[in-house]
Amino acid sequence: MQGFFQQLVNGLSLGSIYALIALGYTMVYGIIGLINFAHGDVYMVGAYVGYWVTTFTDLGWIPALIISMITCAILGVLIERIAYRPLRHATRIAALITAIGVSLLLEYTMMFFMGARVRSYPEVLENRLFEIGGVVISSQQILIVVISLVLMFLLNFIVRYTKQGKAMRAVSFDHDTAKMMGINVDRTISFTFLLGSALAGAAGVLVGIYYNSIDPLMGMMPGLKAFVAAVFGGIGSIPGAMIGGVLIGIIETMVAGYGGSLYRDAAVFGILILVLLIRPSGLLGKKKGNKV
Amino acid sequence: MTQRPLISLENVTITFGGLVAVANVSMFVEPGELVGLIGPNGAGKTTVFNLITGVYRPTSGAIKFADKNDPNHMIDLVGKKPYTVTARGIARTFQNIRLFNEMTVLDNVRLALSHSFRYGLLASLTHLGKFHAEEERSIEEARRLLDVFDLRDKQDELARNLPYGEQRRLEIARAMATDPRLLLLDEPAAGMNPIETEALAETIARIRKEFGITILLIEHDMSLVMKICERIYVLDHGQLIAHGTPDQIQHNERVIEAYLGDDDDI
Amino acid sequence: MSRLSLKNSSNAASPMRVVTTKNLIILGVIAATFALVWLLRQLGIVTSVHESTLALICINIILAVSLNLITGFTGQFSLGHAGFMSIGAYTTALILLRFPTVWGFLAGLVIGGILAMIAGIIIGFPTLRLKGDYLAIATLGFAEIIRVVFQNMEITGGPSGLASIPRMASWPWMIGLTILTILVINNFINSYRGRACIAIREDEVAAEAMGINSTKYKIIAFALGAFFAGIAGGLYASYFYFIAPGKFNFLTSINVLVIVVLGGLGSLSGSVIAAVILTVLTTMLRGFTGVNNIIYAILLIAMMLFRPKGLMGTIEVTDLLEKLRLFKRKEQVE
Repeated sequence: MQGFFQQLVNGLSLGSIYALIALGYTMVYGIIGLINFAHGDVYMVGAYVGYWVTTFTDLGWIPALIISMITCAILGVLIERIAYRPLRHATRIAALITAIGVSLLLEYTMMFFMGARVRSYPEVLENRLFEIGGVVISSQQILIVVISLVLMFLLNFIVRYTKQGKAMRAVSFDHDTAKMMGINVDRTISFTFLLGSALAGAAGVLVGIYYNSIDPLMGMMPGLKAFVAAVFGGIGSIPGAMIGGVLIGIIETMVAGYGGSLYRDAAVFGILILVLLIRPSGLLGKKKGNKV
Repeated sequence: MTQRPLISLENVTITFGGLVAVANVSMFVEPGELVGLIGPNGAGKTTVFNLITGVYRPTSGAIKFADKNDPNHMIDLVGKKPYTVTARGIARTFQNIRLFNEMTVLDNVRLALSHSFRYGLLASLTHLGKFHAEEERSIEEARRLLDVFDLRDKQDELARNLPYGEQRRLEIARAMATDPRLLLLDEPAAGMNPIETEALAETIARIRKEFGITILLIEHDMSLVMKICERIYVLDHGQLIAHGTPDQIQHNERVIEAYLGDDDDI
Repeated sequence: MSRLSLKNSSNAASPMRVVTTKNLIILGVIAATFALVWLLRQLGIVTSVHESTLALICINIILAVSLNLITGFTGQFSLGHAGFMSIGAYTTALILLRFPTVWGFLAGLVIGGILAMIAGIIIGFPTLRLKGDYLAIATLGFAEIIRVVFQNMEITGGPSGLASIPRMASWPWMIGLTILTILVINNFINSYRGRACIAIREDEVAAEAMGINSTKYKIIAFALGAFFAGIAGGLYASYFYFIAPGKFNFLTSINVLVIVVLGGLGSLSGSVIAAVILTVLTTMLRGFTGVNNIIYAILLIAMMLFRPKGLMGTIEVTDLLEKLRLFKRKEQVE
C-alpha cells in the first residue's frame, strides 16, 4: 500500500506537467481543430530558456519561470502567425504537415545551436525530502503541483471571466458567428496560442528542475503523451485536459512502478486507443452528432 | 389500403438529446405511387429520409419494406446500415447535393453500379479474368442511364464542374444506378428556375414510366408537388398534420396554418 | 478516377484494351529506368553510395504508394505506416538469419507482408470508424505499441535490434518489387473496388447511400497498404543488414506521409516523384550535418504554405500526357 501511495505521489507530479502541456493542445484543437505537433517542442524551448536564465544569470527559478513563459508565449504566437494562419482554410492534412515541419524546425535548430547532448539544470532549488507514513515527498514535487495548480487556476479565471477568455470560447464554438458578433477572430486565436505556449514554457522549466536533464528531443514523447491526455480528458475541454494529464501521469508511473517499466509508453497509447474506441469524446468532451 | 404497401412507417419517433425531431409518424407508399412529403423548414422531412435509409435509428417505431422476391413479406429496416438498405432497393438523393466531386460523371454512376460487378479481388489487383468485360459492361450500363438523364455528353467531366441543374440530375441518375424499387428525392427542384423545374417534372415522369419506380418526394416547390404527386403527407414540427390528395391538402386548414405560421411561401 | 474513363471513352470499342497508350507509357518508363541504371552501373557512375540511395528510393516509393492508397485515395489519415513496415522487416530478418537463401528471403517478404496485412486488419477493424485526426492519432498509437513490443522481445534483439542480416535484396529485387507495387495498387485503384475507396474519400455518407460498405473497403485498402509496407520493411532489413526498433518510430511514419502529401494525395506518380526528390534531397543534405534537418523542415513548411495540394494534386503524369493526346486528336477532327 505504501508503494502505491508513493507511485501516486510521483504520478501526480508527472501528471501535473502533462496537464500543463495538454492544456495547450486542447485549447488549440478546440479553437482551430489542429493537432499542434510543435507544442511539445515549445515546451522543450521553455526548458532551455529556463536553463539559460538559471545558468547564465543570478536570477532564481521564479524569474526563470516567468521569462520562459513569456518567451514561449511569443514563440507560440509567432508560429501561429507565420506557419498556421495562412493555412487556416487549407486541408487538415496540410496544416498537420506544417505543424510537423515546425516541430522538426524547432528541434533541429535547438540541436544546431546547443548540440544533441543532454544538459543538466543547475540546482536552483534545494530539494528537501519529507516522509509521511513511509511515503517520500520531495519539495520539488510539491512545487510542481502547487505551481501547476496556480497556473491552471489562473487559466480558468482568464477563460471564464475576462473578455479575451469569453472571446476564446465564442470562437471555439463558431468562427463565423463570433466574427459577426464583432470578435476579432485572428487576435483571439493568437491569444489562445499565447496562453497555451506560456503554460508549455512553465512545464519545461518545471521538468528541468525535477528531472535535472534536458535535450532538444525531450518534447517529442511528453508532447505525444500530453496529447493523449487531452484526448483522454475530452479534446477541447480545459478541465478535461487537467484531469486527463494527471490521470495519464499516474497511470504511467503505476505501470512503471509495478514492473512494467518497459511497457509504460505502450500503456499510454493503449489507453489512448481504448478511449478512442469506447468514448471518443473523452471523459468530459461533448458528443458531436453528424449532420446529413 | 387496397394493395400491400411497398414501404410503411409505423409510429416512428426519433429524439436527439431530448428534442423530438420526428414524433409518431406513420405513413406508407404503395408500389408505383408518387407520394409527396411537404412541410415548413425544419419540420423533419429529411430526418424521415435519414430514418428510412438507416442514417439514423428511430428511438421507437417500425419501418418495413417489401421483400424483393416476395412482395407479401415485409422486412424490418430498423437497425440496418445505409448500404444494406440501398441493397434492399431504396435509393436517395440529398438536399445539399452530395456527388463525388473529384470523380467523373460516368464514374459517379459506375460507383453506384458497384453492386453489379462480378469480379474478385484478385482480378481487381491484376486486371485479369472477367475484369475488362465487366468494366465494359458497367460503362455501357452507365451510359444508358446518362442518356435517360441527358448527361451523356458530360460523361468525362468532373462532377464538381457541372452546372447546378445537371448536378441535381446526376444525383438522380446515380441513385437509379443502384437499381432501386423506391426512390427518395430530397428537394430535387431546389435552386432551379421554372424551365428547369419543368424539365425535372418530365424527367421524373419518364423514369416512372421507364423503370416503373415508386417515388417519395420532398419538395418546397408547391406547384410541382401539386402537379405530379398522387398523395401528399404534410409534416410540421415532426408531426404528421395532414394526408390526402393534392386537392385535399390545398384546402386543409391545418396545412395553411402551418405554412402561414412559417415564413415559407406556399 | 478520371484516368480510366478517359481512356475508355476514347477507345472503348477496341478489344485490345490491354495495349493502350497509358500502358505503353508505363512500360516505356520502366524499361527506361532499367536501362538507365544498367548504363550508369556499367559506366561506373553509380557507386555503392549511390546504390544505397537507389535502394532507399525504391523502399520509399513502395511505402509512399501504399500509404497513398490508404490516405490519398481512401481518405483515411494514417500515421502508423512504420509499424507495418517494422513487422515486415523483423519477419524477413528473422527468417533470413535462419535461412540465408533466396528462398528464405522470398518467404520472409511474403510472410512479413501477410503478417503486416493481418496487423492492418486487426488495427483497422476497431479504429477505422474514427475519423480524421482521431484515426491518425490512433494509428500512431498502434504503431508505437508495435515498436515497444519489438523493443522488449528477446527474439527481436530488444532495443539493439538485429544485425548481420544477409543481403539478398539486390537491385533487380528492389526495382522489380517497386514496379510490382505500383502496378498492383494502380490496378486496384482502377477497379470498382478502387472507385469505391475514392468515393469514400469524397463523401462517405453518399458512398454508403450508393450501397458501398465503407468499413469493408477501408479495411481492404488498409490491409493492402499494410502488406506492401511490410514488403518495404523486408527489403529494408535485407538491404541494410541491420534493423532496430528506433528505426520504426513515428518519425518514419511521418516521413512517408510527407512524401505522400508532397507528391499529392491521390496521385501515384506524384508519390513516385516525391519519393525520388525527397530521398535524393536528404542524401545530398547529409553532407551538411546540423543544417540538413533544418533545411528539410523549412522546405516542408514552405511547400505546404505555397502548394498545399502537393506537386501533382490528384492528377497522374499519364493523365497529362493523355490530355495532350486527346487535345491533338480533337484538332485533327476539326
